[in-house]
Amino acid sequence: MKLRRKVYMVAGYNTISMGSGRKEFHPKKPRPGLEDYMQEAGQEVLKQIGGAKNVDECVVGNFIAARYNRQGNLAGFFPMIDEGLKYKPAIRTEGACASGALALATGIKSILAETADVVLVIGIEVQNSMKAVYGADVLAAAGWAKERKDGHTHFFPGKFSDRAGKYYEKFGYEKTRLGMATWYKNAVENARLCPTAQEHHNSTEDLLAVGMMKPNGRSFVDNLNVFDCSKVSDGASGIAIMSEEGLKRCGINPKDAVEVIGLGLAENNLTQGPADLTKLDTTKVAVEKALDMAKITKDDIATIELHDCFSIAGIMALEAIGLAEYGKGPDFVAEGNTARNGKIPVNTTGGLVGWGHPTGGTGVHQAVTIWEQLTGRAGESQINIPADRPYGLTINMGGDDKTLVSVVYKKN
Amino acid sequence: MNYDNRLENVTVLGAAGKMGSGILLLTSMEMYDISKKPENKDKHFVLYALDISQKALSGLMKYIQGQLVKQAEKKVNALRKVYADRADLIDNAEIIDQYVKDVMNIIRPITTLESAYESHIVFEAASENPALKIKMFSQINENSIVEPWFFTNTSSIPIGHLNKEAKLDGRILGVHFYNPPAVQKLVEVIKCDESKPELSEFVSKFIKQMRKIEVPSYDFAGFIGNGHFMRDALHGMSLLNELKKEMSFAEAVYSANKISQDFMIRPMGIFQLIDYVGIDVCQFIMKVMNPYVGDEIIHSPLLDSMMEIGVKGGQNHDGSQKDGFIKYEEGLLAAFYDFDKKEYVKIDEVAIKGDEKLGALPNGYLPWKDVVGNPKKMEVFVKYFNEMKTMNTAGAKYALEYLKRSKQIGVKLVEDKVAYTAEDVNTVLLTGFFHAYGPINDFIN
Repeated sequence: MKLRRKVYMVAGYNTISMGSGRKEFHPKKPRPGLEDYMQEAGQEVLKQIGGAKNVDECVVGNFIAARYNRQGNLAGFFPMIDEGLKYKPAIRTEGACASGALALATGIKSILAETADVVLVIGIEVQNSMKAVYGADVLAAAGWAKERKDGHTHFFPGKFSDRAGKYYEKFGYEKTRLGMATWYKNAVENARLCPTAQEHHNSTEDLLAVGMMKPNGRSFVDNLNVFDCSKVSDGASGIAIMSEEGLKRCGINPKDAVEVIGLGLAENNLTQGPADLTKLDTTKVAVEKALDMAKITKDDIATIELHDCFSIAGIMALEAIGLAEYGKGPDFVAEGNTARNGKIPVNTTGGLVGWGHPTGGTGVHQAVTIWEQLTGRAGESQINIPADRPYGLTINMGGDDKTLVSVVYKKN
Repeated sequence: MNYDNRLENVTVLGAAGKMGSGILLLTSMEMYDISKKPENKDKHFVLYALDISQKALSGLMKYIQGQLVKQAEKKVNALRKVYADRADLIDNAEIIDQYVKDVMNIIRPITTLESAYESHIVFEAASENPALKIKMFSQINENSIVEPWFFTNTSSIPIGHLNKEAKLDGRILGVHFYNPPAVQKLVEVIKCDESKPELSEFVSKFIKQMRKIEVPSYDFAGFIGNGHFMRDALHGMSLLNELKKEMSFAEAVYSANKISQDFMIRPMGIFQLIDYVGIDVCQFIMKVMNPYVGDEIIHSPLLDSMMEIGVKGGQNHDGSQKDGFIKYEEGLLAAFYDFDKKEYVKIDEVAIKGDEKLGALPNGYLPWKDVVGNPKKMEVFVKYFNEMKTMNTAGAKYALEYLKRSKQIGVKLVEDKVAYTAEDVNTVLLTGFFHAYGPINDFIN
């Protein structure tokens, strides 16, 4: 597969990832809703691209507002963002926590199909509408509904707890836990540098010690502690996908955009469990497809935004990419390779554990972060992008390694 | 009759009250758990919630429902297993909802005493009025079709007195929960000379099942908890009188409260605690206790005066604090009562003179909430109180005196055979009053 036309991303924007951890968050006080996040993210992108008149098409990625917020038909919010979007085509995508990147993929396809030159993409989720114990029911829809009855109270933490348990069994608890704790430490340290991150205000001194906490199956799940988990978040991210013509129309210098040079999508059977609990097979396939299309290797990449819904998922993703050998992911992390000054900085604004995980928004948030890093817009979070490695990679995962979208970006 | 059978039919007297509602909640959850055992599947579990007003019972059922939801949310892991065979219950929400319905289905709100005639267990949490308790116990006991066991939540009336007057034949035990029972870990258990040992065995298991802490107390009016608290409160009020010589009434309330909270690193000051329990309740407990204590007087003219002008403290139904010695705004101390002027004076105003008189807190001071969970807190306290001893301020002087008095009270409770051991006294203060250290300690000699 190849891209038959140049595709760019530009004009990214992230709202705050709101939820526990943010100073302004109070579970009992009123908060912004879907409309507010949609509007904020949408309008901030439009400002950067010369307004709604330049937009050909809109896509919104969202997992499950129908249950979190009693709201379907999210594409209908676009004309609310700006009158100028009225009557323009708009699509909503859903693939659980990969809904955001599916929205990106849909936008990319519209550019490739030459049905659009400028696509406005938003990813959004508002999850703090209910307590986490009920949110777990909602998020369980990312798995096979028929497994819910026998599943854990916290369905997905339960799934990844089983994976972690198997990993401990095979490669040892101590070193795996150290890798997971280091993952948490990196995530929070990166989040502290990013004002929109949910863990931005985190002031814990000894992050590693906190991350080392032994899991307790009585109060949570057997093999994960709460610091291994991504956050319950409200938030939205927006970005524009454009062709060369689109950039011209919006008056954007290609240097301010990133080029999409690889796209890998892969789906696995929702009704079947993982063949091997210690591996993310579908992730591996998606990343290979994206790198193949981009004609680069993992060693050419300067930074990665990957789907650490749980620290163990982040570690397994490193192995799926091939950066760490199978069974050596925890060592790779503990040695500092994925830290912001490491060999390959991963999740430079905190990832799902540190920045937050507004489920349907995450895929777009990853794209925005890569765009910021490759165009030098990341503020205090900015890392060095070596001239010989001008690439970024994203991995967005829906369900338990089921719906995968991987994208390769190139600095212009 | 085994533990499970005993719990098949239970009545809570005074169920709509603050203590009764908590006991009802805990009992209902325990009865539900037992009813789910396979061997009990054909049994029918009934819990009568008895109170005098229909309105109060409606409020009670709402409260129980709300509390059950909260409890269920905390234990969904276990409940998913309990309902594993119910294919129709899939989401946590459905399981929580079903649990609440099932527990509520055990409870029967009633206003007449007759239903209690079939109960094997009668939990009593009515008001602290000996005559009322005796009347209810006698009536149930005389008319009962079984030989019921009586568990009274009295915090002050001797159990032997109730046993004798109601002719219960030793089928009575003091089971004193702390407020609020759903949260507080401590349960004081008091047997009188005649109490049958089966009752103690049952209650020990019951308390253990609820994961609470049992502390035995001798059958002496006030037991350990109020035995300490009432005397501690009297010391607080005599301190108020002392301070009043040099400042206004409101300033003295502020200062005495600050000494007993900040200087002594307690969760609340003595006047806040009196307000929390209720000035009326404190007055009543003292009245009940006083005839039984020979060598001292447990009575406060100040509490009488406050009652006369209708300042009572206590809590509203939603758990918010009513004004007493202190005026509360959103749970915070906002103003202090000036008895001489019959008005509240704002904290900013009374603090000026109060703080000046007391002087600074010793170096190494940490608020109670920051130290209570510290595994090395005893080291912190030793250092802190040693520092206090080197200080010449009024605050340090009064705090050390208070600490000494608190210890004296504790030691006397053991000497007077109210508490079995010094450790029991400390456990009551640590778990029932959330103190960070027990009154019987070596900080001062």
